[in-house]
This record gives sequence, C-alpha cells and structure tokens, in this order.
Amino acid sequence: MFKSLRARIDQKYRTIPFPISDPVLPERYTGRPALSPEKCDRCSECVSVCPTGAIALRKKGITIDTARCIFCAECAEICPKDAIVFSREFRMGANEKAGLIENGAERKPISALNKKMLRTFGRSLKFRVVSAGGCNACEADINVLGTIGFDLDRFGISYAASPRHADGLIVTGPISMNMKEAVLKTYEAVPEPKIVIAVGACALSGGIYAGHAETCGGVDAILPVDLYIPGCPPHPMTILNALLELLDRIPRRNG
Amino acid sequence: MNKRLTVSLKNGDFCGIREIPSFSGEELSSVISQSAGEGMRIVSFFAVPLPKDGGKLFAVLADDTHGVLYPLASAELKSYPSVTPSCPQAHLFEREIFEQSGIIPEGHPWLKPVRKLMKNDSFYHIDSDEIHEVAVGPVHAGVIEPGHFRFQCSGERVFHMEIALGYQHRGIENALSGTPGLKTIHYMETLAGDTTIGHSTAYSMIIEALRGITPYPRAEAIRAIALEMERIANHIGDLGALAGDIGYLPSKSFCGRLRGDALNMTAEICGNRFGRNLVRPGGVRYDLDRPLSEKLLAKIKDFRNDAVQAAEIMWDVPSVLERFEDTGIVSKETAARIGMVGPSARASGLKRDVRSQFPTGAYRFNHVPIVTYESGDVFARALTREMEINRSIKFIQDLLKNPPTSPLMNDKAKNIAGDSFAAAMVEGWRGEICHTAITDKNGGFARYKVTDPSFHNWFGLACCMKNGAISDFPVCNKSFSLSYCGHDL
Repeated sequence: MFKSLRARIDQKYRTIPFPISDPVLPERYTGRPALSPEKCDRCSECVSVCPTGAIALRKKGITIDTARCIFCAECAEICPKDAIVFSREFRMGANEKAGLIENGAERKPISALNKKMLRTFGRSLKFRVVSAGGCNACEADINVLGTIGFDLDRFGISYAASPRHADGLIVTGPISMNMKEAVLKTYEAVPEPKIVIAVGACALSGGIYAGHAETCGGVDAILPVDLYIPGCPPHPMTILNALLELLDRIPRRNG
Repeated sequence: MNKRLTVSLKNGDFCGIREIPSFSGEELSSVISQSAGEGMRIVSFFAVPLPKDGGKLFAVLADDTHGVLYPLASAELKSYPSVTPSCPQAHLFEREIFEQSGIIPEGHPWLKPVRKLMKNDSFYHIDSDEIHEVAVGPVHAGVIEPGHFRFQCSGERVFHMEIALGYQHRGIENALSGTPGLKTIHYMETLAGDTTIGHSTAYSMIIEALRGITPYPRAEAIRAIALEMERIANHIGDLGALAGDIGYLPSKSFCGRLRGDALNMTAEICGNRFGRNLVRPGGVRYDLDRPLSEKLLAKIKDFRNDAVQAAEIMWDVPSVLERFEDTGIVSKETAARIGMVGPSARASGLKRDVRSQFPTGAYRFNHVPIVTYESGDVFARALTREMEINRSIKFIQDLLKNPPTSPLMNDKAKNIAGDSFAAAMVEGWRGEICHTAITDKNGGFARYKVTDPSFHNWFGLACCMKNGAISDFPVCNKSFSLSYCGHDL
C-alpha cells in the first residue's frame, strides 16, 4: 500500500497539456510532407523510389497523396532540388480523400461535425476499434491514446467494448478479405447516427497492400468514411488532433 | 547428430540450392523425427509448390547447443508420412504445407486450415448436455487484432480451446515471389508492426548473406540497440496490460506511459516510434551521434528507475499474485514438445535464445544472459519479461557508451546469388524470428518463407488453457502476447 502510494508520487503527473500547448516531438520525426513545387525540375527520381505510387508529376508540379504515403522519406532523400521535405508538422487528416493530396498549399483543418452531430457526440463519443489486416502499429498508437500520457477520456472520447455501445468505428488495416464480413457486421451493429474513421495508410488506400487479392484495398471500398488519418502508423498526436478537430475542440488560431 | 544432415549453416548464411541434402518423403519425415528426438528443433518447414500439383519440401533444423542450422529438402512429391504424430512441434507447419501446396502429410491428426477461415461446424466439439460452447472474436472487446477462439466449457472450466486465425492474412508471401523490389522492405516492416526491427533485421541478414556483404560494426550496434528498445517497449507494455487485465491499475497506468517513453526513444533514432525506415540491407539509415547517445542514456536511466518500480509494486500485492501464480501453466516438457520459443519458452525453463545460441552482429561481442524461470505460469511469463527488460537496458547502456566507429551502410554493389538457399534468425521480443529465402537463377526470390515466433507459440496458449478457468483467458492470452498478423502474413 505504502509502496504504491510512494510509486504514485515518484511516477509524477504525466498528462500532456495538448491542445493548450503543442507536444514535444522527436527531432527526426517525419511528419506532413512539405512540398516546394517551384523547386521541382520534374526529374521524376522521387516517383521511381516511391513504394506506393503516392507521388504524381502534374502540370503545376509534384503532389504527394498522403492516403498512400507511408512516410519512408525515400523521395526526400533522393530529390536533388529539395522540393520534398518531411516537416515536423503532426497535424494531418481530412474529411475527404481529395484533402489528403499535398501540393505545397497550406493545410485546411478538418471540418467539424455538423451542429446536430456535435450536439449528439460533442461531449461523449465512443468508438469500437476494428483491426482488419492492420499490422498492430496503428492499433498500438490508437490504444496509447487511452494511457495517462494522452488521456483521451478527458475529452469525452473512449473505446467501447461492443459496437452496440459505440457511436462509430475506428478501422485500421487494408480490410483483409477474411475480415470483410466481420467489419460489415460490426458496422451494422453500431446504432445510427454513426461515424467511421480510417486510420493509417492501409486503411486509407490499402497502403503497400493495395492491389493484393487478399485485401479490399482500404476502408472506403466497403464503408462510407467520415475522417481519414494518414501515416504509417500515424503519430498518436496526429490521431488525437484529428479527433479533436472533428469535434471542434481545438482552439482556432488567428481568431 | 544425425549423419544424414550433411550441410550445416551458421545463422545468416547461405548455400547453393543443390548442396542441400535431398530425401524421399519417408526419409525426410524420419530424419526430422529422429533429429527432434535428439534435441533439435524445427525452425522452418515449408513447401515450394509446383505449378501443377505437389511440390518440394524444405526444412531447417536448429541445433541450439552448437549454434548450427541444418537445411533439408525433399524430392518432388504429392504426399509424405506426417512428422506430427512423433514430433508435435511440426503440426502447424504441416497444416500450412497442406494449405499452401496441397501436399498431404499422411496421418496428420488435425489437418485443418491455417489461414483460410474455418467453417463453423469444423471446430472440435464435445457432445454433452453439460458442455457449453463459447465463441470469441474475430472482433474483440479491446483494441487488438482479430482472431477467433472457441471454448468447450463445463461451467468456468475449459476442457478445450481451439484457436482459428487467418483474419489478418494479407498475402505477403505470395507478393514476395519474384522480388526483392521497392515494397519488399516495407512488407518486412509491417509483417508484424510491433516487431519492425526484428523482421527487417532478419530480412537484411538474408540479403546480406546472398550478396556476400557484411554490415559495418556501427550499423550492427545500432540495429541491436533498436532491437532491444523494441523488446523493452513491448515487454513493459505487456506488463501494464497484464496488470490491467486483473484490475491492478497503478502498474497498468505507469507501464502504459513507460511503453510510450520506450517507443519515443526509438523515434529519437529514426523518427518513427516503431523503428520504421531504420534497418536496411547493408546497414542502417540513421546514425546515433554523441549528443543523441547521451540524450538516450539519460532517458533510459529514468526509464529504468520508473520501470523497475512500476513492475515491482505488483509483486507485493497478494491479489495480483493470486491471479498470476499457477494460472495457465505450460510445463517444460510440453513447451519442448510443441516447440515453443522466446520468453514464453524461457518462462517454462527452456534455454532458447537466438542472441546467445546463434549470435550475429553486435551480440557476438556484447552478451545478453538468457533469463529462465521454472514455473511456466502467467507469473513466470511476467517475471521473465521484467528480468529481460533489465538485461536489455544494461546491454543498450553498454553499447551507447562505447559504440564502434565505422560507416553506416555497406552498399557495395554485388548481385544476389542465384539458385541459393539462405536462412537468418533474430531473437525478436516474442522470440525466434526465422526467415528463409530460395532464389531462382537470376537472384529473384523463388520462395521467401517467414516464421514469426507466434507461429510456434499459439499452440502453447491453447495448451495452457486446458482445465483452466475461462475467466483467466484474457490474462493468459496477454501473458503470451502473440501476433495475429505475424502468424497470418
């Protein structure tokens, strides 16, 4: 008893102050790709090293589709003009696939749920998390939000054990064929209104498993998706920030 | 030693495909059984299917005492006498061989699917009014991967538990034939995402063997540091989850946070919490310079103090011990017979650790003593983890203080040897990872076989539940902490 009280004191208070202040991320963290299309001379070296075909050369310059990007940063390493740099910005994600394509423009925050949905979910939102071919990295970084460091519950968001007690699904993995039926049944079991969040490159586009006959190639191949969170896996801060943007819980900068 | 094992390999070595001794189906079966009887283990056993029908079998046996691997092969065949009746550790390998190639292991007692979904009526069933059947999964209550468990119970008591996996099957082995290509390393890094360093190191060892290159000492040291970081992150996380499963919240909270700290240390090295993009064939992509080493040394010192305390407070609480001790026992004999590996095997008293018995890279110079415990219960598996955390920390500290100096990447352009067979093992945090590759005449993979430690250990979980209480299943499951995607591939 005394030992556990002593331990409670020694282990300190560990919950991060986000969203009041920004988290400290590792120096080498590879976050949102920052593109400088004006530097690109269309040598296409980046395209040739991208394992998921996320990079496209368009008339206006290069784009990276963060639905497919696995953040290996091979493109940034090979680019002779420094047109691609992986920044330390952890804020990513979009309500629609088009919003995931990076072209050098500033990021638009995720639009919050509409007023009616916010009235229902704004202060209490429960998710059933379903892994469907995920490698356990996205799963781990979703799980970690429940630990004291992030303390997801303080925002009224938590994970429910049953889909019948949930307001939505968080889905990871490319949806393996063997999980397709289970995902659809889990979705059906969630009462209306419900939201679906896809987390990680596999869930967004199939990732490196896109095109495999054993997978469906992403969540939106079988379910309507309300929020896409990119990464391989996304940093827990990316997931947390996206959830809070969706619930309109991030203080807006510049008014 | 069996005289018919004529070719031996070191860990991370290769030989010509035609040098491997080839046997008829009957001979292969008896050589494997006999060798297992003499104390050897099956580390890999698989088929290379032929386009039409049947195929060839390949096996790798390990002699732990001498640190040697023996590759074996068979002639082309469509069936052979099953090894399983005399050597239970072969049972899942033979089911997989049947599923992937159609080759029939005749006399196999339970030839059921490995990754194809099982039909509802094909589970083992006890017919009695007093038995009730409990089906769990594939979608579970926690944030974990999918798998299905079928229990035959009388009240709380479990008579039998059957594990049905395959939900995570993404077709990795199929996708690897004909490669290496751009995606190959990323398949390795996501085979089991919590074992990124383990699998990417094993793959790199295969490519290095086939290309005849050796990574530089500094790269080997960074790989070993990352592998031990992966171990401590997962071990401390599992200790926390074990505490959570029995409702002891202090350790759950502390260990959950500490797991994040360990992952963040890996992210300091390569930018990713799971060690993505660090290990590459030939070396590593990121360096550990002096300031970073010192930063990590300071972090790991804090981590050690907090981790020791977070784990130790559990051992003073009678209600924790009551749930852990004598729960889910796997005896040493059972563990040996079914071929268990890793901390779960060591918790049952088996001395099995690739780092000591088949050392490569930095483990040739810096040793990690093998941790074993005798009782084989949940407590033993938890305590083994705690002791391994301590030893891994010591190992990391030694390497961080005195890292070898050398370049990071040995990228001498050499072709991958054609018509060859390579095998590599790494002691991942769950246990022995074995990769084997067979190349075609141009150096492409004709077959790439991955054996995740979970492949050996899932059956251990089924064994430990026999006659246990169904309410102990979550804590037993977590004490093994096995991979679904690593098994399903």
